[in-house]
Amino acid sequence: MSHITTTTPNRAAGLRDLVQKPWIWAYLAAAAAFGATMVISGGQGAGSLFYAALTFAAFSAIVGVGQMFVITLGPGNVDLSIPASMTLAATLALKFMDSNPSLILPGLMVAIGVGMGCGLFNFALILLLRIPPIIATLSSSFLFQSLAIWSNRGIRVKPPEPLAEFTTGGAVFLPNVALVAILIALAAWVVLERAIVGRWILSIGQNLRAAQLSGVPVNLVRFGVYVASAVLAGVTGFLLASFSGGANLNMGTEYMLMSIAVVVIGGSSIAGGNSNVPGIWGAALFMFLIVSMLNSYGLGAGVRLILTGLIIVTVVAFASKKGYAA
Amino acid sequence: MTREHLRILLPVLSLAVLLAAVFYLQPRAMSYFGLNLLFNLAIPVALATIAQMMIIMVNDIDLSIGTFVSFCACVTATLVQDAPLLGYAVLLAAVLVYAGIGAVIHLRGLPAIVVTLGTSFVWGGLAILVLPSPGGASPDWLQSLMKSKPPLVPMAIIAATLIGVLTHLLIKRSSIGVVLQGVGGNERALERAGWSIVRLKALAYGLAGLFGVLAGMALVGLTTSADANIALRYTLLSIAGVILGGGEFTGGRVSPIGAVLGALTLTLAASFLSFLRLSPDWQIGAQGAILILVLAIRLLVTRREAN
Repeated sequence: MSHITTTTPNRAAGLRDLVQKPWIWAYLAAAAAFGATMVISGGQGAGSLFYAALTFAAFSAIVGVGQMFVITLGPGNVDLSIPASMTLAATLALKFMDSNPSLILPGLMVAIGVGMGCGLFNFALILLLRIPPIIATLSSSFLFQSLAIWSNRGIRVKPPEPLAEFTTGGAVFLPNVALVAILIALAAWVVLERAIVGRWILSIGQNLRAAQLSGVPVNLVRFGVYVASAVLAGVTGFLLASFSGGANLNMGTEYMLMSIAVVVIGGSSIAGGNSNVPGIWGAALFMFLIVSMLNSYGLGAGVRLILTGLIIVTVVAFASKKGYAA
Repeated sequence: MTREHLRILLPVLSLAVLLAAVFYLQPRAMSYFGLNLLFNLAIPVALATIAQMMIIMVNDIDLSIGTFVSFCACVTATLVQDAPLLGYAVLLAAVLVYAGIGAVIHLRGLPAIVVTLGTSFVWGGLAILVLPSPGGASPDWLQSLMKSKPPLVPMAIIAATLIGVLTHLLIKRSSIGVVLQGVGGNERALERAGWSIVRLKALAYGLAGLFGVLAGMALVGLTTSADANIALRYTLLSIAGVILGGGEFTGGRVSPIGAVLGALTLTLAASFLSFLRLSPDWQIGAQGAILILVLAIRLLVTRREAN
C-alpha cells in the first residue's frame, strides 16, 4: 500500500507529484484525526488505536473497492444494494456453516455465490429492463433484505470457532481482516491501473459512446463490475459476521453511506472515469479515526454525527475542487 | 401532450390494480375507515417524495431526506410542542439551510449525492440532540388535523389529493415551476436567458426543505411521538416514489401527481401482503417487486411508443 511518510524531501519533484495525488488528502485527514486523538490521550494507546482502525477500516475498504468500480462506470452508477447483499450473504453463509469448522471454505463459497447471484440480478435489471442502476440496485436491495429477513428468523448462528479466531485475530500490527482487505485492494489496484479491463472501466466512465465505438465490450465490463461489487459485499458480510459473532439484519446498514463516502473522500470522482484505489484505504481509516477522535473528546452521539457530517462535506469540498480543476 | 399523459397513466394504473387486488382480498377495506387505514401513513411518505422530486427535478439526488424528516419530526414533537415560537423558527431555519445547501452545491460545483450524504449525518446528529430518546408529543392542532374525519372522503385521500394538485399547479402550471424544470433540462440555456441558476437551485432545495418539514410534521401528527430514526427509510422510498411516478433522474422530467401516486403505491405494496396472509418478512421485498414490475411495464410501453 502507499506509504506517504517515506518520501524524501530532497526530491522536490517527487513531493510535488505526491501532493497532487487525489488520494493524499484522505491520508492527511486520517493522520490528523489520529494525531488529535493522541493529543487527548497523551500518546497512550497509539498501538491499539491503530490496530482497531485497521480492523474496522478493512470492512469499509472491501465494500469501498466494489463501490469504486461501480462509480467509475460513470454518472448514475451507484450500487445501493451493498448492505442488503452483505446481510444476505452473511446470513446464508453462517446458516450453511452452522458453526461447523469443516465447512468454512464451502461457507465462503456460499457467501461468494450469493454475492454473484445478487450482482447477476442487479445487472439483469439494468441491462434487460433498462432500469437506471440506482433504482435497479435499490429495488433489488429491498428483495435481498426481505430474503435475509425471511431466512434469518431472528436466529443468530455463531461462526465456526477457527473462523471467528481468524477474523478477530492478527499479527502484532496487522489484523487478519486488514491483511485480507489490503490484498483485495492490491488486486483492485492491479486491475484498475495495470490491466486492460481497468482501462476499459475508466474509458466507459469517461465516455460511454466513445468506449463503445472503440470496441470496448461495454456490457461485459459493466456486468463484471456489478458482479464484482456484489461479491465483495458478500465477502465483507461473511468476514463481518464472523468477526462480530454472527449475522444480524442491520449489520449492513451503515455500509451504504460508508461505501460511497470512502470512494469520494478517497479522491475518486463521483462522476466516474477517474478513480484510485489507495484513497479508499485512506478514507476508510479516516472514517474510523474521526469517530474515535470525537469519542475521545467525550462528545455525545449527536455532536459526533454532526461533526462527522461537516467534516465529510468539508473534505469533499476540498477534494472535488481539485478534481474539477484537473 | 400525449407523452405527458402516458407518463401519468402508468402510476395511475399500477395504483388502481394494486387497490383492486386489496379490495378483492378484503372487501371490507372498501370503506371510509379501511381507506383511511390503508393510506394514513402514505401522507408523510408522499410529502417526502415531493421533496425528493424537487431535488431530482434539478438533476441532483438527496440522500439526506430521511434523516431530515426525522429531524423535523423530532423538532415538532419537542420544540414546537413546548416552545412554539422557537420550534417554528428552527423549522424555518432548516428550510433556509436546505436552500443554502443547494446554493453551495451549485456555486462550488459539488456532487449533490455526496454533500447530502454528509448532511445526512448532520441532520441525524441534530435529531439526537433535540430528542435523545424516543418520545415527545404531537401539538394538539396537528394531531386533530391528521386524525380528523371529514365527511364522505377520508383525510388521507383529501391530503394526498391536495398535495398532488397543489404541487402540480406549482411545478407544471406556474412560470417559476417551468423554469425550475428547465434547470434540470438545460441549465446553460436558462443561464444564457438571464436566469440565476444559483437562485433557482436554492429555490428548488428550499422547496424540498419545506416539504421535508411538512413530512416530519405530518408524521408526528400521525404517530403522536417521534424518535431520531423515525423516517430513515424515507430516503430510499422517496427516490423510488419519484421514479415509480414517472420521473426520471435527468432532464427535469418529473411529475408531482405521479410522485404522490408512487408514494401511495409503495405504501400500499407494504400492507398488501397482510391481505395475502403472507409473512410481514416480505414487506420490503414487495415494495421492491412492485418497483421492478412497474418499471418493466414502462419499458414495454415506451418501446411500443418508439416503434
